[in-house]
Amino acid sequence: MQNNPIAAVSMRNITKTFGSVVANNNVSLDFYRGEILSLLGENGSGKTTLMNMLSGIYYPDAGEIMIDGQPVQISSPKDAYDYGIGMIHQHFKLVDVFTAAENIILGIKPEKGKKMDLADASRRIREICDLYGFDVDPNQKIYNMSVSQKQTVEIVKVLYRGADILILDEPTAVLTPQETDKLFAVLRNMKADGKAAVIITHKLHEVEAISDRVAVLRKGEFIGELITSETNAQEMTNMMVGHEVSLNIERPEPKDAHPRIEVKGLTVRSNDGVLRLDDVSFTANTGEILGIAGISGCGQKELLEAIAGLQAVEKGEINYIEDDGSREPLIGKDPLEIAAMGVSLSFVPEDRLGMGLVASMDLTDNMMLRSFRQGRSLFTDRKSPKKLAEKVVEELDVSTPGVDTPVRRLSGGNVQKVLVGREIASAPTVLLTAYVVRGLDINSSYTIYDLINRQKERGVAVVFVGEDLDVLLELCDRILVLCGGRVSGIVDGRTADKREVGLLMTSLQGGGDKDE
Amino acid sequence: MNSKKKEPLIHITKRKALTWKQEWLVRLAGILIALILCAVITTFTTHLNPFGVYAAMFKGSFGSPRKIWVLGKELAILLMVSVALAPAFRMKFWNLGAEGQVTVGTLATAACMILLGDKIPNGVLILIMLIAAIVAGALWAFIPALFKAKWNTNETLFTLMMNYVATQLTAYYIIKWESPKGSGNVGIINAHTEAGWLPTLAGQKYFLITIVAAIVTVVMFIYLKYSKHGYELTVVGESQQTARYVGIKVDRVIIRTLLLSGAICGLTGWLLVAGSDHTITTSLAGGRGFLGVMVAWLAHFNPIAMVLSGLLLVFMSRGAGEISTTYGLNPSYGDILTGIILFFVIASEFFINYQLHFRSSKGKEE
Repeated sequence: MQNNPIAAVSMRNITKTFGSVVANNNVSLDFYRGEILSLLGENGSGKTTLMNMLSGIYYPDAGEIMIDGQPVQISSPKDAYDYGIGMIHQHFKLVDVFTAAENIILGIKPEKGKKMDLADASRRIREICDLYGFDVDPNQKIYNMSVSQKQTVEIVKVLYRGADILILDEPTAVLTPQETDKLFAVLRNMKADGKAAVIITHKLHEVEAISDRVAVLRKGEFIGELITSETNAQEMTNMMVGHEVSLNIERPEPKDAHPRIEVKGLTVRSNDGVLRLDDVSFTANTGEILGIAGISGCGQKELLEAIAGLQAVEKGEINYIEDDGSREPLIGKDPLEIAAMGVSLSFVPEDRLGMGLVASMDLTDNMMLRSFRQGRSLFTDRKSPKKLAEKVVEELDVSTPGVDTPVRRLSGGNVQKVLVGREIASAPTVLLTAYVVRGLDINSSYTIYDLINRQKERGVAVVFVGEDLDVLLELCDRILVLCGGRVSGIVDGRTADKREVGLLMTSLQGGGDKDE
Repeated sequence: MNSKKKEPLIHITKRKALTWKQEWLVRLAGILIALILCAVITTFTTHLNPFGVYAAMFKGSFGSPRKIWVLGKELAILLMVSVALAPAFRMKFWNLGAEGQVTVGTLATAACMILLGDKIPNGVLILIMLIAAIVAGALWAFIPALFKAKWNTNETLFTLMMNYVATQLTAYYIIKWESPKGSGNVGIINAHTEAGWLPTLAGQKYFLITIVAAIVTVVMFIYLKYSKHGYELTVVGESQQTARYVGIKVDRVIIRTLLLSGAICGLTGWLLVAGSDHTITTSLAGGRGFLGVMVAWLAHFNPIAMVLSGLLLVFMSRGAGEISTTYGLNPSYGDILTGIILFFVIASEFFINYQLHFRSSKGKEE
């Protein structure tokens, strides 16, 4: 930045409100060519909103944006492309049945009088790939690609359109450590090439690894910026949260562990006959957190849903082991029948608003989901769920205008607190969680880890499907690694190291996301 | 790079949540603007005094006790259909088959009246008619519901097609029962004995219909809002995944809800034949199965609010009839006015949720 005094992008006093919610308040932010800037902040601090105003998705209520010193108006994504701004969103925007090349040129008008030339496009895509070290086959269909390949296509897409200012919104959330390293290598190449990049991430070790500068937002306001090499994780976290936070995850020793859930030779096929789980066997113990690691889509979802009675099983056994050692099979029972057996099984699914909660209903009605059948009355009882909602709001510090607010209006972290709060309110003996801190900021994540640890101390058998290996290694007593639907290893969480688990995640033939 | 791009002329932002009163003010303003626009158009196209036209419309709906009762009956029937759609729509099951479900209800009622009239005591006959109509309407909804629940077929097309089957079935029986022979219609059923006719309560032919509609509306409101069934079907509508996750049997809820939806349509058919028209034609439902869709949407599937949206539509259609007789205007003229008013009512929903910022006024607002 020293040798290039004019900022590539300069945002001045930007304000953006959504109804009564102020997403960004008077934010000013500069970034330069040839540097990578990390944008840090808790959930709902306005990072994505701020970047969406650069990519033309939102238009600021007030403030000014300058590119290379020139004031500009960005009122559509097309304007953003014209100014060389490209954003890689958290959720990929690709057409599954198209090839990489088709997706990349989608929406670009050929020059006047020319026809769309896929071969020429493929050639240019290969050039971009060679320049930065990407690995993309332009003719491969998207549905045949792994998550990291899809992400690469997204990046190539914006480069192909001539973007020299890149914004990446939580790009590493879905990647393995190895894939993250590859992405970072590419980003460093682009930086060397004089491009400007902004990366939004919650993982502080990645901030330290990749960025030159860090800008921190809190509650929609710009708090300050730091030179990465002169700061540390603790300082960044404190700035982000606004007070001192401890960055250690507890791991109490399991007490009186005995088997609770026993899975033997579990084989599951998806509706279209694809093998999702192949001969999976393990035991989950009481008072213990069993981590499940694996690239996303390796059968984690099917495994938890099979235990919860939501997934048809082809072969194998799942048994619930009572305190006296007697076994009760769970296969073939739906959630109601499992509950009727007296098994209190709680499940925090990956898709919070699509499965765990009803987005348009308020907190009270969502608390009722598990309990509304109680009693013989034809009518629902809203008093006790309301009390539960108020209790969850208070104990887990959910920020919401009230218990009659629809959960879709809450930010990601608060949605998750509501869901986890409800699931542990029923005093479960088994707690299944899938990506329970995905997209959550540090403060919320630590609250959730804490809640899970409290359950573990209560003697609950916890199954924790996670994606952040650092967290899995700090939190879990044992870690089961899934790879392409098979168990590639079960390691001790206290002694295993990250590389070892990372290798197990990719050790079997065929990645997890491939459907064929 | 071109830095000539100007700030967009208009940009749209989400509004702060309005209070209940402000929302109604926006809607009222919408209707007011619509009335002004209608007045301007009336003046220019017909050279009539628009206030005279409005007065005639009002007179057409409320001009005499009889007109008020007819308005009440029309509203009651339309409300019944809309209320019948409410649980299905809440569950995001787009039942476009209310027309057919009402029609088979009328058919079943008429069949009982024709075949059993004067053979059994009148009270028993009316009860049998009622049960037959409800079963017929429920069956007509059950078939698409079963296919949806078991094989996830498209309910919109299925229910729509069932309407044609109902119409053709009715047409067949009308020929079978035609009276006098060769006339092509059934005429007034049991005209002399009045067997199967609903009694006149409180001296008013339409009193019973109005009462039944009011009860059904209130009960449906309570059912949707406070009952366990109502809760379940809302969850199913929002997310079948969530419903399965908490152990709700999705297929059972779909079938149960559509049985209810169809049963109320069947009941409406019973009211139409036994309480009002005393005959059967293929078009007794009269498009209310589709008009009800609009009433239900305008009211956001809230049965109580449907009273208002239903009243608006019935008022407009009664008023349109009146102005076409008073001023000799083409009946379609009323449809034009109805269209304009509906357009503004729907547009006011947009202004309740969003607001516009214009380029020049922006500086002052901040």
